[in-house]
Amino acid sequence: MKARRHEFRAALGFLLPNFLGFGVFTAGPVLFSLAISISNWHLHRTIPFRWIALGNFLELLVDKDFWLYSMNTVYLMLGMPVAIAGSLLLAILLSQRLRGIVVYRTLFYLPTFTSGVALMLLWKALYNPEFGALNAAINWCIDTFRVNEVVRALGGAGVSAPTWLLSTKNLFGLEAEQVRSATAQWGLGARDALIIMGIWIAIGGNNMLLYLAGLSNIPPELVEAAQLDGAGRWAVFRNVTWPQLAPTTFFIVVMSFIGGLQGGFEQARVMTQGGPAGTTTTVAYYIYTKAFEELMVGYAAAVSWLLFTAIFVITMINWRLGSKELNY
Amino acid sequence: MSATGRVQEPKPQAGFSAWWYRRGRFTGAHIALTIMAVTMLVPFSWMVLASFKPLQEVEQLNPFPSVWRFDNYLRVFEQVSFARYYFNSIFVAAWVTFLQCLTSAMAAYAFARLRWRGRDMVFRLYLATLMIPGVVVMIPNYTVMVKLHLLDSYVGLIVPAAFGAFGTFLLRQFMLTIPASLDEAAEIDGATPWQIFWDVIMPLCRAGLVTLAIFTFLGNYGSFFWPLILVKSEHLRTLPIGMLYFDSVYGRQTNLIMAASVMNIVPLIILFVAAQRHIVRGVQLGAIKG
Repeated sequence: MKARRHEFRAALGFLLPNFLGFGVFTAGPVLFSLAISISNWHLHRTIPFRWIALGNFLELLVDKDFWLYSMNTVYLMLGMPVAIAGSLLLAILLSQRLRGIVVYRTLFYLPTFTSGVALMLLWKALYNPEFGALNAAINWCIDTFRVNEVVRALGGAGVSAPTWLLSTKNLFGLEAEQVRSATAQWGLGARDALIIMGIWIAIGGNNMLLYLAGLSNIPPELVEAAQLDGAGRWAVFRNVTWPQLAPTTFFIVVMSFIGGLQGGFEQARVMTQGGPAGTTTTVAYYIYTKAFEELMVGYAAAVSWLLFTAIFVITMINWRLGSKELNY
Repeated sequence: MSATGRVQEPKPQAGFSAWWYRRGRFTGAHIALTIMAVTMLVPFSWMVLASFKPLQEVEQLNPFPSVWRFDNYLRVFEQVSFARYYFNSIFVAAWVTFLQCLTSAMAAYAFARLRWRGRDMVFRLYLATLMIPGVVVMIPNYTVMVKLHLLDSYVGLIVPAAFGAFGTFLLRQFMLTIPASLDEAAEIDGATPWQIFWDVIMPLCRAGLVTLAIFTFLGNYGSFFWPLILVKSEHLRTLPIGMLYFDSVYGRQTNLIMAASVMNIVPLIILFVAAQRHIVRGVQLGAIKG
């Protein structure tokens, strides 16, 4: 008992620096944030401070912008399944003992490793509709293969390269709230451009490394047994690989949801300023503009708490579904 | 089924990958991987080549510059205090890394090696706080920095980033693999917990510390949100903020922007090539649930 008490006191000492920092910069702020979310706190001194209970949250319910930006956030997360499937495919290809595997892995991991403002500026330059390399290549293809002659011969109106980050078009033909345009909204626009970039960054990144680890943990006997039973490649994947990888997939999906729901800030700030017509503003970027540009700190805190709640609830739902599926 | 017609190889080898190796078309996989690798490389190559072009050639389809303008790089340093951004990023990231490793290792030691009541419950609670989105704490932290007059200072950039549950978690996983008999032997020799921590445990989790150091350094080198709201004056800008400013002022000079981007990511590539093993393991270890 004496030794235990001794160790408890030592543990307190060892935990102190970390917990002190955690208390000051995480736990305290979380409570502080909850408190200011029920106030009208505005960093402009002219507006008197008041407690307004659930006022901010009620306002959020009818805040059209907020709902639009929530939709944007969900839209940008549509790239997730594609990126995850791509990571799995790459991991399977890489799990063969090929020559030069380290070189491939390095190349695939490069975008994740270097991601940040520099890469976003690169993509901004690539996507530039007039001067960008991407449209230069697309226009070259259109000219060389006489795409427009073919399309017009078939009765179409002719095609042109997308304007990418300047366009509110999207794959679902959704209207942008603030713009009532006469032209069709179906096509590739800013959000799709960001999704493509996101897939490019993420596909060979951490998820692929996790799948690689998962694949190497599959017991050899399982694969051998299935193979001896005459299972084809697809059958082995469906009945052995995929179920064996379920915990990895589950972890990746949960983390992707957590990251996706609070994501989109950096690209909006660096590449699009949330535009055009607010189509690339995500909830995280909305919080930033409310708090640090419009200085409505109370309102921004309310949005951040709603986001936190959404992340929490969705993680719990994922967990439920996941554990049912996995029979933990 | 078509597969049954094939002759089965009798010798069982090492599981999944061996199975693929035998069944898969060696060349098919290589082609697929090469296509992916090229897709990854093309934007990077374009960035490097564009950084050497004269401005009017950037928009041309031909990726190679007609004249190699090496002075583009010098012009970046002339137009903004790029060296200062470099220094700030590395200085701040190095301090954060040092503090993170120290505080995380200490906490991890308490969670992995010391026995006390409620330890695992406290740990699980602590781990759950990883779910708190950064934006929730950003606003209060900002107002606290304003009150403490730490806005626009190195201390304000470094200290809030110096503590984290992730590092504690990662190092705890490492420390759990060290046999308990080592602590016991040291304890019998009369070592204090601090001595056991510093002389026995820390040297044994060097690999974990290196992994954590790399991840913390990286995360901070590219850190964007916090410096963006905290830094007001030019001499405190870190690379990401400096790049953003550079783009907003000289955004039309794509060749210079690309030169700056190249300089931004070169240290990362060097770090990755040098420490690849640690990084891959770190990612894979981080996913193991506590």
